[in-house]
Amino acid sequence: MATPAPVSAPAFDLSARFPGIASPDTRPGYSGWVIPKENLPEVAAALRDELGFDYLSHVTGVDYLPEGKMEVVYQFYKTTGGPGLSLKVQVPRQDPIEVPSIVSIYPGAEFQEREVWDLFGIRFTGHPDLRRILMWEGFEGHPLRKDWKEAYYEEDIKPFKSRWPEGKHVPAEDKTPFGDNVTYPDGFDAEKWIPEDPEKALYGALARYQVQDETGLGTEHVIVNIGPQHPSTHGVFRVAAILDGETIVSLKPVMGYLHRNHEKIGERNTYLMNMPFTDRLDYLSSMSNNFGYALTVEKLMNIKPPERAEYIRVMMAEMTRISNHLMAIGALTNDLGAYFTPMLYSLEERELILDIFEAVAGSRMMCNYFRFGGVVRDLPEGIPEKIKGLFFERLPRRIDELERFLSENEIVRSRGIGQGVLTAEDAIRYSASGPLLRASGIPYDVRRAEPYSIYDRFDFEVCVRPNGDIYDRLMIRFDEIRQSIRIVQQAVRGLPEGPVMAVKPAYTVRVPPGEAYGRVEGPKGELGFYIISNGKPSPWRYHVRAPSFINLTSFGPMCIGQKVADLVAVLGSIDIVLGEVDR
Amino acid sequence: MVPEELNSPGYDIPPEARGQVAITTLDRIYNWGRSASVWPMMFGLACCAIEMICAAASRYDIARFGMEIMRPSPRQSDLMIVAGTVTKKMIPLIVRLYNQMPEPKYVLAMGACASGGGPFKEGYNVVSGVDKFIPVDVYVPGCPPTPQALLNGLMKIQEKIRGESLKTSRWYQKGPDSVEMPIPLLGPDLIDTRKIALIKPAAKKGQEA
Amino acid sequence: MSEEMFGKGILKSLSVSLKRFVETYLDDLKWLGRRYRTAEGITHRGSKDGRGIFTVQYPEEKIPVPEEFRFVPFLVYDEGPDGEKIMRCTSCGICSRVCPPQCIWITRTTDPVTGRPIPDPAEFYIDADICMNCGLCAEYCPFDAIKMDHDYELASFGRNVFDKARLSKPASYYEEIRPVNAARENAARAAKEAARAAPKEG
Ligand code: SF4
Ligand code: SF4
Ligand code: SF4
Repeated sequence: MATPAPVSAPAFDLSARFPGIASPDTRPGYSGWVIPKENLPEVAAALRDELGFDYLSHVTGVDYLPEGKMEVVYQFYKTTGGPGLSLKVQVPRQDPIEVPSIVSIYPGAEFQEREVWDLFGIRFTGHPDLRRILMWEGFEGHPLRKDWKEAYYEEDIKPFKSRWPEGKHVPAEDKTPFGDNVTYPDGFDAEKWIPEDPEKALYGALARYQVQDETGLGTEHVIVNIGPQHPSTHGVFRVAAILDGETIVSLKPVMGYLHRNHEKIGERNTYLMNMPFTDRLDYLSSMSNNFGYALTVEKLMNIKPPERAEYIRVMMAEMTRISNHLMAIGALTNDLGAYFTPMLYSLEERELILDIFEAVAGSRMMCNYFRFGGVVRDLPEGIPEKIKGLFFERLPRRIDELERFLSENEIVRSRGIGQGVLTAEDAIRYSASGPLLRASGIPYDVRRAEPYSIYDRFDFEVCVRPNGDIYDRLMIRFDEIRQSIRIVQQAVRGLPEGPVMAVKPAYTVRVPPGEAYGRVEGPKGELGFYIISNGKPSPWRYHVRAPSFINLTSFGPMCIGQKVADLVAVLGSIDIVLGEVDR
Repeated sequence: MVPEELNSPGYDIPPEARGQVAITTLDRIYNWGRSASVWPMMFGLACCAIEMICAAASRYDIARFGMEIMRPSPRQSDLMIVAGTVTKKMIPLIVRLYNQMPEPKYVLAMGACASGGGPFKEGYNVVSGVDKFIPVDVYVPGCPPTPQALLNGLMKIQEKIRGESLKTSRWYQKGPDSVEMPIPLLGPDLIDTRKIALIKPAAKKGQEA
Repeated sequence: MSEEMFGKGILKSLSVSLKRFVETYLDDLKWLGRRYRTAEGITHRGSKDGRGIFTVQYPEEKIPVPEEFRFVPFLVYDEGPDGEKIMRCTSCGICSRVCPPQCIWITRTTDPVTGRPIPDPAEFYIDADICMNCGLCAEYCPFDAIKMDHDYELASFGRNVFDKARLSKPASYYEEIRPVNAARENAARAAKEAARAAPKEG
C-alpha cells in the first residue's frame, strides 16, 4: 500500500454540484472545499441527503491570527466506507464571530460546536444549547485563540530559553504576581465580585430539554446530579438529570473536570514532544494514540515506516485494544452490580499485556513507543515468544472463561438486554464510533473502511451486533478481543526481520506546511488527529478527534426514558475515558 | 509563598510527626489498629487512578494492608488518594470533599500531577499541585507511579500514623473538631479566597503595566 | 428465559469463581511452598501458565522490572581512579531541549578566567513533580549521561525537586540495572574512541 500523498485529491468535485459556492482549498498542502458561511446548512444537508456523506467525523476551529481569519473545519465520511471530504468556513477574526450551526442536520456536532465556542469564541447561530463545555461559565477568554496567554506563559514555542544554559530552578508559580497559576482581567476586584450561580445555565438548559408530561399526573420533577466524584462515572464526570419519579426525562453530561489543555500545550510542543502527551489522552490505550499521531505526522512528512515496524505497530495497537476492552468489560459489569469479581479476572489478563508493554516500551501505561518513521526500539529478546505464549495459549482460553462467566448470567442479561438502546440511524446521526456504533448494527471500522498501516493484509472480521443495547455493547467487546487476538497471532507469526526506523532518529523533525487528518480505529472508536503545519518545529493547530467525547453526544438521548439506575450502566457501556473526553 | 506555609493547615504540626515524642504502649495499639485499616476514598481523577485501581486489584491487592475498603463517601474514609491531575474546575470539589472527611485524615498525592502540577502544569486549567489548597502528607512521584510505588507511598502513610501519639494528636485536644480549608471560587479564573486581598492590587498592577 | 432456568447462569458464573479458588491450592500443592517469596514463583505467577492466585506480595516480594522500565531519570557518573565522580554530562543542553514538559534546568559552568563554557554542569535540576517519565531525555542524550532509573520507591513527605547531587548515580549502578543497554553503549563508545585515536596515530 502506498503512503497517502500529503495533498490528497478531493474525493469528487463539489464545485460541480455547488457552482460558485464551493471552491477548492488551494493553499499548498491543503485539501477540501471552502464555502461561504451562509451556504453551510444547504451544503451540509445536500452532503447528507444527496451525496451519502452521512457521518460527520469532526468539527473544529483554527485561528489564523496572522491572516486575521478564523476557520471552522468539518470532516465528513460515508458509513459505507471510502475517503472523506472536508469543508471549511472562513470568517473574519472580529468579534462577534458567527457561523451557522449544523446541529439540526448533524446532531453529532452538538458538543463539538460547544467546544469550538468555548475554546475559540466562535458563536454557532441556531445551536440549541451553546454554553461552555470544558471551562466553566464565566471564565475569561477563549484559550485556544493564538493571542490568549495563560498565567504560566513563557514563550510561543518550546524549548524555553530559561532552561539552558542559565537554568535556575524557579517554580512557575513564583514568576506570577499571584503566586499561582491564575490571571485576572485588568482591574478585577475580587472583593466586589459577585459570583453568579454556576448551575443556572445548566439547569436552564436541562429544563428546556424537558419532555412534556403527557399523562397529566403532575408529578414533581427533581434535578439529580451524579458526579463528579461518584464511583460509577469512571473518573471526574458529572451528569445532571431531571427525573420524573425514577425515570429520566432530561439529561446533560457536564465535563471539563479533567480538561488539561492538551491542545494548547500541543501547539507549543515540538512534534516529538507531543508523542508522550498523546499517551495521556486515552490513558488506557496509549499505543493506539501514539499510532494515530504518528500516522498523521507521517502523512504530512510523507514517510513510511519499515516492514518490521509496521508489524510491531499493529501488534501493539491490537494488544492495546484487548487491554482496553478487558478494562471496559470489568468496569461495565461493575456498574451492572457485579461488584469487583469480573474486574479482577479481566485485570489479571490486562496485567500480563501490560507486562509486555513494560518490557517493550518501558512503562505499563504511558508507552511513548512510536516515532515518526518507526518505533523507538526493537522488541527485546524473548518478547515475541512471550507474546506467542500469551496469545496462542492463554488468552483465548481466558477470554472464553470470562465470557462464560458473564454472558449467561441472568443479572447481566436482565439489566443489559433491551436497555439503553441506540438505533442504527441515531448512532450515525450522533456521530458515534467504535464498538458503540458497531453494536448498533453498523459494520463501520476504520481498519476496513479506509485501511491504514498494513491492516489490509490481515484476516479479521468487523464485529457487529444488531440490537444496540447494553448487552450487545458488552458482548461486542468480547467479539473484538477475539478478532484482535487473531490479528496479533497473524502478526507475530509473520513478523519480518529488519530495521524498525525508516529515518535516523532525530528530535527535531521537518514537517512541510500543510494540513492532515489521520485517523485510526482506536479501542473506543475513531481516533483522529487534525494537524496543521506551517513549517515550524511546532504544529500551528493540533486537534484531537476524541472518540469518547463524541460518543457522549448520544448519551443523553440513550438515557431518556430509562430508569436512573440504568444511567450508570449506559455510561459504562459507552466506555469513556475522561482523559480523552476532556483532553 | 514557601510550600511549608501552604502546607500548614492552620494549626501547628504536632511534633510527633517528626518522631520526637515518646510513644506509649497505648499509642502503639491505637496506631497499629489505625494503620492497618486505613480506608481510602474511592476517588480517581486521571491516569493515575487506573494504577490505583490496579493496586486494588488482584496483582497488588491492597487488601493486604487493610485498605481494600474504598469508600465512595468522604465521611467514611481516612485517606484521600489524589490520583491524577487537579484542575481548576475540580479543585473546589476536592477541597469540599476534604472538608467532609472526618479526622484523623490523611492525604496522599499520587503522581507528578497531584504533587506539583505534572506534565500539564503550564496549562490554563491545571492547579500546580493539590497542596496549594489542602495539606498533603505523602507525595509519590512518578507519572504514573506503578502500583508498587503507590503501595510504597501507602506504607509511608502507615509510618506516619505509627509516629503519632494520643497525647499530642490535635483531634484529641481542646479546640475545634476539625479545620476546614477554604473552598476556592470559580470566577474569571480560579479565586483562592485566602488571597483575595492580594488579587486586587496585583490585577491593578497588570492594568498599569 | 424460562422460570425453572433462572439462576443457571449465575451458578455457571459461580463455578468459574470456584475453579479459580481451587486452582490456587492445587498449584500451591504442586509447588510445595516454593511458589512464594522466590524469584521463580513470582515469575511463574505472572506467566502464561500461572493459575489461581495472582497476587505478588509487595514489599516482601517485588515484581522484577524489565530492563527498559523507566521512572524518574538520573545522571550517570564514572568513577575516577581516586573514587572521584566524573560526570558524563557535558551540559550540552539537548535533554533540556527535548524534555516535553520542560522540567530540566541546567546551569552551564563557565571558566572564570576565559569566560568560555566548561563541559560540566554547575547545576542540574529535574522537577520530579513535573517529569512525565517519558524517557526522551535519555533517548537523545549524545553522551549516555542521563538515563532512566528503575527505583520507583520514592514516596516522600515533601515535594520532589531533584538536584545534581540527588540525581547522580555511578555507572556501575547503571550497568547493573540495564546490562544490555550499557554493554551496547560502552562498545559503541569504545569504537568511537578508537576511531578518534586512530587517525592521530596514522
Ligand atoms: S502524574 Fe502522569 S499519569 Fe498521573 S495523572 Fe498526571 S499525567 Fe497522568
Ligand atoms: S545529560 Fe546529556 S543531553 Fe543533557 S546536558 Fe548532559 S550531556 Fe547534554
Ligand atoms: S523523562 Fe521526559 S519529562 Fe522527565 S526529564 Fe526526561 S525528558 Fe523530561
